[in-house]
Order: sequence, then structure tokens, then C-alpha cells
Amino acid sequence: MLGESMLSVFLCFPLQNDDLRNLSLSGHVGFDSLPDQLVNKSTSQGFCFNILCVGETGIGKSTLMDTLFNTTFESEPATHNEPGVRLKARSYELQESNVRLKLTIVDTVGFGDQINKDDSYKPIVEYIDAQFEAYLQEELKIKRSLFNYHDTRIHACLYFIAPTGHSLKSLDLVTMKKLDSKVNIIPIIAKADTIAKNELHKFKSKIMSELVSNGVQIYQFPTDEETVAEINATMSVHLPFAVVGSTEEVKIGNKMAKARQYPWGVVQVENENHCDFVKLREMLIRVNMEDLREQTHTRHYELYRRCKLEEMGFKDTDPDSKPFSLQETYEAKRNEFLGELQKKEEEMRQMFVMRVKEKEAELKEAEKDLHEKFDLLKRTHQEEKKKVEDKKKELEEELSNFQKKKAAAQLLQSQAQQAGSQQTKKDKDKKKVHCLSPCNEHPCLLYL
Amino acid sequence: MSDLVPEPRQKPVVPMKPVSINSNLLGYIGIDTIIEQMRKKTMKTGFDFNIMVVGQSGLGKSTLVNTLFKSQVSRKSSGWSREEKIPKTVEIKAIGHVIEEGGVKMKLTVIDTPGFGDQINNENCWEPIEKYINEQYEKFLKEEVNIARKKRIPDTRVHCCLYFISPTGHSLRPLDLEFMKHLSKVVNIIPVIAKADTMTLEEKIEFKQRVRKELEVNGIEFYPQKEFDEDLEDKTENDKIRQESMPFAVVGSDKEYQVNGKRVLGRKTPWGIIEVENLNHCEFALLRDFVIRTHLQDLKEVTHNIHYETYRAKRLNDNGGLPPMTVETEENHESNL
Repeated sequence: MLGESMLSVFLCFPLQNDDLRNLSLSGHVGFDSLPDQLVNKSTSQGFCFNILCVGETGIGKSTLMDTLFNTTFESEPATHNEPGVRLKARSYELQESNVRLKLTIVDTVGFGDQINKDDSYKPIVEYIDAQFEAYLQEELKIKRSLFNYHDTRIHACLYFIAPTGHSLKSLDLVTMKKLDSKVNIIPIIAKADTIAKNELHKFKSKIMSELVSNGVQIYQFPTDEETVAEINATMSVHLPFAVVGSTEEVKIGNKMAKARQYPWGVVQVENENHCDFVKLREMLIRVNMEDLREQTHTRHYELYRRCKLEEMGFKDTDPDSKPFSLQETYEAKRNEFLGELQKKEEEMRQMFVMRVKEKEAELKEAEKDLHEKFDLLKRTHQEEKKKVEDKKKELEEELSNFQKKKAAAQLLQSQAQQAGSQQTKKDKDKKKVHCLSPCNEHPCLLYL
Repeated sequence: MSDLVPEPRQKPVVPMKPVSINSNLLGYIGIDTIIEQMRKKTMKTGFDFNIMVVGQSGLGKSTLVNTLFKSQVSRKSSGWSREEKIPKTVEIKAIGHVIEEGGVKMKLTVIDTPGFGDQINNENCWEPIEKYINEQYEKFLKEEVNIARKKRIPDTRVHCCLYFISPTGHSLRPLDLEFMKHLSKVVNIIPVIAKADTMTLEEKIEFKQRVRKELEVNGIEFYPQKEFDEDLEDKTENDKIRQESMPFAVVGSDKEYQVNGKRVLGRKTPWGIIEVENLNHCEFALLRDFVIRTHLQDLKEVTHNIHYETYRAKRLNDNGGLPPMTVETEENHESNL
């Protein structure tokens, strides 16, 4: 894609060198076809244009894009439940006569929906920087192909201001302040049909004065070239443009026109008395599209590049060694960075090893404890067992003793029975009497 | 072990890959106005063009350049007078002019190379020229690599080199071949047969064929190079030029004569007036149209996108090998490029 980088290369400094003579031509040479040659090349390669739409959910970003480009870009309306702001980019190829345009529309989904909007601007800034970074990386490559690089840098940022009628929201101011050095900001008042005409004028002046007092730099329409100076100057007065978008057509008179139909009347999008849509379209597309692209490349991108390179440690030192210092410093920085990474990796590994050791030690301790407990239990168990066995032995001894005694007693008894059966007859009576006397009540035969 | 793994860094939002959808237009948007916008911008800032002429003295280089640009861009050298010494080496003289036509301003620089091929021993006489060309690339590279860059880097790179072939009628000289072999890799070379009014039509055709053959055999890629043809259209167009018209057999003149009631540029001889811009007489008009009216932008683009990029890639790759090339310390050292 013939980008701005190409144009700025093929054009030279304003021709005011003293050592150059102005020559007059004695005939037609033919280099007045040069702009045509340049333009033809660009036409065959196609153009890129990238628009970023920043605004709250539901403020009419998608509808306005549809209206501007006379097409329906497929998209579903976003919900209000997004946890954070994210950017959604969509590319389309449009063709008009022999001009092919690769249009990219970037939407901020979820902007303004969160309760805490402190970080809302960050994803936007990051996205814009990422595109610059991609271009810078390509530019710094050794083998690069800039002439067919697909330029994704944002050329215009349409900032949608809610039609409150009072002033800018603080979120608006903060976001615009963060973006104004990175992108061309064109502020617009969305859904302008909700503001009455007299209020609109006051609202616009309030917004502009707030922007000025907060030092927000919005895009200035160029006034240096005579053909566009006039139209740009007159249009600038109407900033921010109060727009109404609509893709529906309503019959007005005998024509169909884009409009919004209300019970009390019809708001015509392309009627300059009703809203500034036509002005926005003129300024954005028909007059300044090329200038927007040029500003992005020569101002915003250069600023990013300068900051980034200075951050990386490059300086414009003596002119003799510039290509070297770029390469060398780059290499050095890269090695430094890699070295740091390696160091960190080592540190992490060390920490990991240490932790593992600790855990291992802990586990060992636990294991030891367990073993001890087990041993203790075992011992206790052994002791108990021994005790029980001892008791068992005792018992058995007693039993055997008892058995012995019993056996001995029985033997004696049987002996005594035999010997005593003779005597018992004699004793019996004796004993009986003897016995009866003390114990009358119960007769007991005690053979003792 | 969750505390060992560092917290994942917040990744910057990377947008999803853009979806390409072809849309139908329901009405006029106005994107074709970008052509006008671009044209206006370019007209305002002007263009620059650097053309180098190389050839032995007396071949009509200055006259041709003057004829091309219809003004006295080069002062014709009247040969070396007895007091002036013939320069021992090739000199490089760059003279810049500003010309305007149809609202378009052009800063034209004509780089002359007096002394080329004029010595007895012409070995390596292309080296100063090669060095000059590389110096311009170096200058541009330095500006490009700056942190705080100029809005428009002045472009002094040689966009086109017209090489003048002597109309011997036989074939190319060894010097011609050597020069073109070396330089066709760093700059766009357009070979031109000078003083073509010394050949008849048949001789011209034969000579051109022989020259073309020799160039091909020696692997010399002159502009428009085959490998840079972008599409079929370009290819067919350029093939025709390469195989039929080039090298252009030209005659230059800055004097006007009356022919058939018209004032034309020409050369008056006892046997007739050679009209410079008459296609039957010579191919000057073809050269002019080719270089200026149709391929001027392309010459610049090939120089920027291809020759310059090749130089840059080589330069950035040869880390620490090359001594810094400054304009002051130039001596005849061999360039490693």
C-alpha cells in the first residue's frame, strides 16, 4: 500500500536553496504528468484508512460508521456488561470508481460502562501504540518491505461526546488528554437530535473552551493550502460536529433520504440545518483524508518513534557512527535484556530447588516421626502381649497346681474311704452322736 | 507451589485479526477524492529527480540532457584546452536546478562524470561513480536512522543513469560492459546510443540487436529490470520496450530550425535537417517519453524500494566491518560493497 512514508520520500524539501537556479523551459518537457504517475501507482496499490471510534456503549458509533460509508457493516450491538474496555477492529474493502480503499474501523467495546473507569483509556492507548510499534519494527528490520506494508496505524479518532448539554465528562477529558499526542482527535457530539438548537450552540462553546483550558490538542484542519484553506476554516468553526446517524430512509417530498422519524417530525441526516453530518463527511473524507494520513505518519508516528528509540537508549551521537550505534546499541541492549532474563531464570530455578529441599526435609521429619510412633506402638504392644502371656502362664500354673491338688485329694479320699469304711462304722455312731450333739439341726457327716 | 510462578503480566490488548468483508455501496461516499487530495499535496511540495550521465567525452551527453529538459541544465564543456589538465580520475559534478511546468515544481540534479573513459588506462574508472552513488545512499540512510528525523529527507540518490554507447556500429566496448556490469546492481542504468545520426536505419537496427544480445549474454540487467515487473500489464509493456526500443538511439540538439513551417529542434547538415523529435529520424522522443512522461516515478520507486533497501540491508548486516564513510575522508579505497 503506498503509505505516507512513500510520499514523504518522493517529495523534497521546499525549493528555496540558494545554489539552485530557476530555469525556464523552452518547450513542453512533460514532467507535469508526475503527480499523475505518482497517483496512478497509489491507485493500483490501493489506500488504507483506519478510524478509531471512542465513545460509550450505545452512543451511536456503529450507526454513524454505517451512515458515513453508506453500507451496513455487520456488527451486533455490544452489551453493557463488559468487564473492561477492549478494542475490536474490523476491515473492509470499499471501491469507488477506480479507487480501492482498505478501511479499518476500530471500536471501543465497553467504554464508559464500568463502575471504576480509571483504566478505561489504557487499552486504547495500548492499541494505538501497538500499531506504531508494529510499523517501527518493520522499519527497523534489516530486510524490510515498507512499500507493501499494510498500514494499521490509526489515522483519525472520532471521539463521541454524550449529548448532555452541559459539559464534557471527566472521563472524556482524561481520555482525550491521553490520546491527543498519539492520534488525530476529531470530537463529535453524538445523537445530536436530543439537543435543541439554542442549547447546542452553548454546548459547543463550552466543550471547545474546556478542551482549550485543559490543553487538549484536537486535530487542526490544514489551512496552508489555498484550495482547502477556505473550506477548512469555515468548517472548523462548527467543531465539535453535532451528528445524527441513520441508515433508515424516510420519504421526504418525493425523494428518499436518510432520516430518523419521530412523532413530532423527521430529522434529516444530510440536511445541514438539522445536523453537521455533511460537514463531518466533508472534512473527514472528501477534503482531509490524505492530510490525516500524513499527520499520523509525520507527526504522531515520528513522536512515538523518537520516544521509543530514546527509551531504548539510542542517541543521535556523532554522525560518523550512526548506523553502527544503532546496530551495536541494539545488539548490546538485546544482549543485556537476554542476560537479565537468564539471570532471572537462574534465580527462579535456585528458589525452586531450595523450596524443594525444604519440603523434602519436612517430609523426612514427618516420616521419622511416624516411624518412631510406630516403634513405640510396637513396643507397647509387645509389652502388653508379654504381660498377658505371663498372666496366662500364672493362670496355667495355678490350674495345674489345682489339678494336682485335686488329684492328690481324690487319691487321699479314696484311700481314706477304704481305710475308713471299716472304721466309719464305729466312728459313725460316735461321730454321729458327737456330731448330733453340737449340730442338731442339720445332720452332717464329716469324715475328717 | 503457586507462589513460584510469577503473576502473568497484563498483556496489551491485541485486536482480533481484521475480517475483510466486501461491502456494497449504496451511494456516493467520496473516497475517490483522495486522489485529488494526494495530487494537491504533491504539487505543493514538489519533486526531485537526480539523473547521472556517463560516457566518454564528446558523445553529446550535455546536449542530450539539455534537449531532454529543454533548458541549459548542463554547460557544455568545449573539450580540454591546452592549459587545463585532463583530470587523472573521473570527476563527479552535480548541478541542481529548479524547473516548473504546469504547476509542478521539480528539483532536477544532473550529475556529470567528466573524465570517464578518457584516460589511456581506464581501469576501475567506474569506481568513483560507484562510490558516489553509494555515498548518496549512505547520506539518506544516516538521515533515516536519526532519532529526530527531518520531515522530508532530501533525496540526492541517483535515480537514473544514462550510459552513452559510442555508435561504432560493431558491438559494445569492454569498458562499456565492465561499467554496466558493476553498476547495474546499484543503480538504474538506461543504455543510450549516442550520436545516432551517424548510422543508417539498417545499421541502427543491427547495432541495437547486437548490443541487446551482448547485454543479455553478460547478464546486465538494465532498467526496466525484468525481475521488478509488478504485474502482467507492466511485463508486456516493459517487454516491448526492452526487446524492441532499447537501447534508444538518440540525437540531441538545442538549436531550432524551420522545417515545414514549424520550429523544431534539430541538427543542420548539408544533406538535410535531422529533426530530434521526429520518430523517423531518431528515438529521442521515445527516450524522453520513457524517462520523463511515463517512468519517472517508477525510476524513483525502484531506486528507493530496491537499490536503496539492498544497500541498507548490506550496511546494517556488515556490523563493524566498514569504516564510516564520510565525505571528507574519501580516498580511493576499495569499497566492500
